[in-house]
Amino acid sequence: MGKLDLVQTLLGHEGRVWDICWHPQGNTLASCGEDKTIRIWGREGSKWVCKAVLSDGHQRTIREVAWSPCGNYLASASFDATTAIWDKKSGQFECNATLEGHENEVKSVAWAKSGHLLATCSRDKSVWVWEVADDDEYECAAVLNAHAQDVKKVIWHPHLDVLASASYDNTIKLFKEDEADNDWTCIATLNSHESTVWSLAFDSTGTRLASCSDDCTVKIWKQYLPGNPEGIVTSDNEPVWKCVCTLSGYHSRTVYDISWCHNTGLIATACGDDIIRIFKEAEDSNPSEPTFVLYHTCHEAHTQDVNSVMWNPSVQGLLASASDDAEVKLWQFTE
Amino acid sequence: MFLSFLQKSKAIFGVNNQSSVPEHEIHSHTAEESVEAATIHCQSLVTEELSKRSEELREIIYEYIRNIRDPEKPATLEDLSVVYEDGIMIKPSTEGDVHVVRIEFNPTVPHCSLATLIGLCIRIKLERSLVDRFKLDIFIKKGAHSTEEEILIHCHLTSFTVNKQINDKERIAAAMENPDLRELVEGCIQEGD
Repeated sequence: MGKLDLVQTLLGHEGRVWDICWHPQGNTLASCGEDKTIRIWGREGSKWVCKAVLSDGHQRTIREVAWSPCGNYLASASFDATTAIWDKKSGQFECNATLEGHENEVKSVAWAKSGHLLATCSRDKSVWVWEVADDDEYECAAVLNAHAQDVKKVIWHPHLDVLASASYDNTIKLFKEDEADNDWTCIATLNSHESTVWSLAFDSTGTRLASCSDDCTVKIWKQYLPGNPEGIVTSDNEPVWKCVCTLSGYHSRTVYDISWCHNTGLIATACGDDIIRIFKEAEDSNPSEPTFVLYHTCHEAHTQDVNSVMWNPSVQGLLASASDDAEVKLWQFTE
Repeated sequence: MFLSFLQKSKAIFGVNNQSSVPEHEIHSHTAEESVEAATIHCQSLVTEELSKRSEELREIIYEYIRNIRDPEKPATLEDLSVVYEDGIMIKPSTEGDVHVVRIEFNPTVPHCSLATLIGLCIRIKLERSLVDRFKLDIFIKKGAHSTEEEILIHCHLTSFTVNKQINDKERIAAAMENPDLRELVEGCIQEGD
């Protein structure tokens, strides 16, 4: 069953905390929320303390923060329709670029593993891909209007320049650049959720994707390459994604976020019933029909909806969570 | 309390047998039965207590929302029968024992943006008023109402679409940061003169 021990509660935000993001080295955490600030947390001795408060970047709620893979930049997506890029070149965090173009709330921002691409998405139904040039220049490389409704989340494949998006239209879409004409196109639409898909997470290989939804389920999707030995039909020489597992009956409210640990393979979920759940793949799990078991349930992880969870990329079992209760919490999971 | 109740009922159901069956068998059998009876009794007590609490919560909630002003007419939602006591339902609590409240309302004005606005008013009013932890789901009344069809005709929206909108907390949060919308909501939920 394992146990999840509270390491520390990080206080400081006023109002709902929407998101947290670990620095790629795992020693720093960024958080953001309704109070229009970003807080940077780091360790001092055995305690985590607030190292900086970035408060002059956005006019409205900051919905999401994302560290670049190199760790030198932090991107923030806001309901004020802009995305800000922060760096520490001057010694202090400063906003050195603002990405404008979305018509209304930007809900998510993500850096590609290569660090050369950035993606944003909005209630305006579009996903934008930005090319990162030198000198803090960001150029729009594509505006993808594939979704029928708000786009809630964008994430990149862990190794490739393949982008996944989740939407209020209940679908997940995958995009990549067509090398022939440099056009970004939708290469797959994943249909199965019965309501808004709130968040996504790839496993460490990028061959599986987990999604969570307002339909109170988590789904696991598997990629089948052209010519796959299982005989799953593909078209246009593109891989197909199939839902191979649905975890239903565990969550009693909307599942807002999901994190798939690239070190341990554990899946953590953030739910509107104030609970953090941890799922583990069974040892005898069949790849084409995997079994995930509910490994741990942390009741009253927060006193209100849990909005975000993220496994630390380097410290095994260290989990961060953010909630409507204005708190950020750090947890240690031990098997 | 539960334990002492069990003990008492065990005493009441105390073994008093004259039959030829070995006594220990009877004993265990009767004890099981009495525990069962006591459990059922306790459950009904708990259910009674719960329904009493639910009833109280419903009344409190109704008290908060009945005086919300209609966005268009000089009347309250209660006056216009947009909200009504029966529309408030206390659903089974979450795993963590948090109240789950479902509110159904009947937007008499055939206008989708108004239905959304009323839903927003109900939610904001309750989030600010209720002390207890609770989870809220708001829905447009289903059934034989012309309203629902009119909403559909006017805005190409179904009640399903409106329901989805007024329960998406990200959209609600963003809406409340829109100064015009916020002013409208504040106007509707302001306490009476």
